[in-house]
Amino acid sequence: MTAIPFPAPPADSAEVIALRAEFRAFLDQQLASRTPRQRSDNWYGYDRGFSRAMGQAGYLGMTWPKQYGGHERSAFERAVIVEECLAAGAPVGAHWIADRQSGPSILKFGTEAQKQAFLPRIAAGELSFGIGMSEPDSGSDLAATRTKAVKDGDVYRVTGTKVWTSFAHEADYVILFCRTSGTPADRHMGTSQLLVDLKNTPGLTIKPIIDLAGQHHFNEMHFEDAIVPADMLLGEEGQGWDQVMSELAFERSGPERFLSSIELMVQLIEVLKGRDSDAAQITVGRVTARLAVLRRLSRSVAGMLQEHQNANLQAAIVKDVGALFEQALPEIARELIDAEADPRAAGAYASVLANIVHNSPSWSLRGGTREILRGIIARGLGTR
Amino acid sequence: MLAEMITRLFERSLDDAAQAAAREGQWLPALWAEVEEMGLPLALLTEDQGGFGLSFAEAGEALRLLGSHAMPLPVAETMAANQLLAAAGLPLAEGPSGLARADDLTISNGRLSGTVARVAWGEQLDCLALAVGDKLYRVPRSGWSVAEAGTALNFHPRPSLALDWAIDAEAALPWCPLAGGATVRAYQIAGALEAALEMTLSHTATRVQFGKPLQKNQVVQHELAKLAGELACATAAADLAGEALARRDVLGVAAGSQRAREAAGAGASIATQMHGAIGFTREHRLHLYTTSLWTWRDEFGGQVSWAKLLGSAAIDAGGPGYWPMVTAL
Repeated sequence: MTAIPFPAPPADSAEVIALRAEFRAFLDQQLASRTPRQRSDNWYGYDRGFSRAMGQAGYLGMTWPKQYGGHERSAFERAVIVEECLAAGAPVGAHWIADRQSGPSILKFGTEAQKQAFLPRIAAGELSFGIGMSEPDSGSDLAATRTKAVKDGDVYRVTGTKVWTSFAHEADYVILFCRTSGTPADRHMGTSQLLVDLKNTPGLTIKPIIDLAGQHHFNEMHFEDAIVPADMLLGEEGQGWDQVMSELAFERSGPERFLSSIELMVQLIEVLKGRDSDAAQITVGRVTARLAVLRRLSRSVAGMLQEHQNANLQAAIVKDVGALFEQALPEIARELIDAEADPRAAGAYASVLANIVHNSPSWSLRGGTREILRGIIARGLGTR
Repeated sequence: MLAEMITRLFERSLDDAAQAAAREGQWLPALWAEVEEMGLPLALLTEDQGGFGLSFAEAGEALRLLGSHAMPLPVAETMAANQLLAAAGLPLAEGPSGLARADDLTISNGRLSGTVARVAWGEQLDCLALAVGDKLYRVPRSGWSVAEAGTALNFHPRPSLALDWAIDAEAALPWCPLAGGATVRAYQIAGALEAALEMTLSHTATRVQFGKPLQKNQVVQHELAKLAGELACATAAADLAGEALARRDVLGVAAGSQRAREAAGAGASIATQMHGAIGFTREHRLHLYTTSLWTWRDEFGGQVSWAKLLGSAAIDAGGPGYWPMVTAL
């Protein structure tokens, strides 16, 4: 059979149950003054103070070795922290990329000196990372990357442009995907990854890209003969493609792929309470069933990663189905409640709905577009 | 192990002629005898209850195989009925059994009478596990006659039964009587979608149009990816319902059942479209699965009642209580 296995996730252990309760109490305390509108920012809320509190309490670098500041917990325990943050609308932006993908990439490919320099500070919630992959002419087609890094003694001289880097204006570092030999025609060959200091790199300028909601998350990073120390090469020169694919696998499987609009569901239920109709109950039931099943699929992927199984196909399915789910919520809400969304409204429902409608188009673009993901799934089914 | 035995049995004894006979409403006694000999009707029971103490994964695999072979006998129904009968402390079915709830029956002078709507293979069953109010009855075949014929979308019989029975086997109803039926249907749906995806991959690989196999077209690949997504959701939904049934959590069953019902419709639609006109015929085996998917998604409570049950609980939980409710499912 061609069935795509999604192994049953193990039942929550006593440790996991205790961790969830303890962490919910932590979030209640940390987020007491956070408004519904702020919570609806979900994983793109940015607050260094919250990230430091997370680090101090031991909730970052959960699965990493203790020698690098980690806590040697299981993938499931990390999954609890991640999903509870998202469900509560915690401002995770300042540690999100570092904890999810940059740190694990450094742990996997970095030198001992890099591990010691970066990982403890990420786990402490002090070091914030962005992503340096897409370019103006190379979005989904990452292998067409043109940004060039030329070795010159003990530095790389970097020239090129990266786009869509969330929080480059706030963060400390990016992992830059670039070409260290050959041309874009060489595709996967000759690519590498560099750790680039966003605050102290001569020749690097960062410009905002304002999104349709008028918000400044995205940036353009322009490298003009910028100097990066050669010891900031991550992994092996020329192995950038395999490394960046591994980094993307961390990016595609998590619960942020179906929880982005969860605050709208919370506010919708608040509005419906006491005036719910049969239609409202049925609709909320359908949505809840979809959510529960997506959560199970995501936990199944976490279990596969814990067992070091290849879950690229499963992760692509979760992200594809998950993005459809989170993008459908505003449309479903609009079928139940007449309300004009207003990004500056004082009221919870109108402002949350506005934020979700404005931001939802990006959810099937980030981390691989819907079209790219379906290509990955089709290849996994053996069609090409 | 069990999965291999079931697969071998179906490959040996369940051919297209048997499927066609079942669509004419004919009972397949030889196949039932083999199923019974294998012990499948007891697959959801613990060892204490007279079963084999199968793991959750093994029982689920057996149920999925009933779906992926479009099993034209009420095996899944008998498994669910026996589970409920055993939990209530009533004797198990000795042959094929049904599972139903009927709340508008009359009880007078120790007799139960009235109509039970649309019971799969009702004429051929040995007994019926019947929930009325807070009681479960084990009604023997002598306790009913067929009131009205009925036919499912896959052309298997769904007669309505006229009951007139002197009650001699009753117990307190252990839990929601339709939960077991909804759960076995979710597994069958997952199995049928697995078969439908397999067939769709095979068809689009071999069918050449405009000089290339269909599945070399990106638009076809994307539909296959969507079908794989529905299969993934149905598989996880069935497991969600199965685990919830084991701990008697009716909301978890509602969530799993509801999502599997949704996948049945969406998946059948993609599979048929990708087959083109041949998928709309009885010449191609796809129809065994699409017609069964359309049947199963509406049985043991429909999607309206299960979604309403879950949705009203979610709204009662309130905004702040919503996520904790979801993580408990």
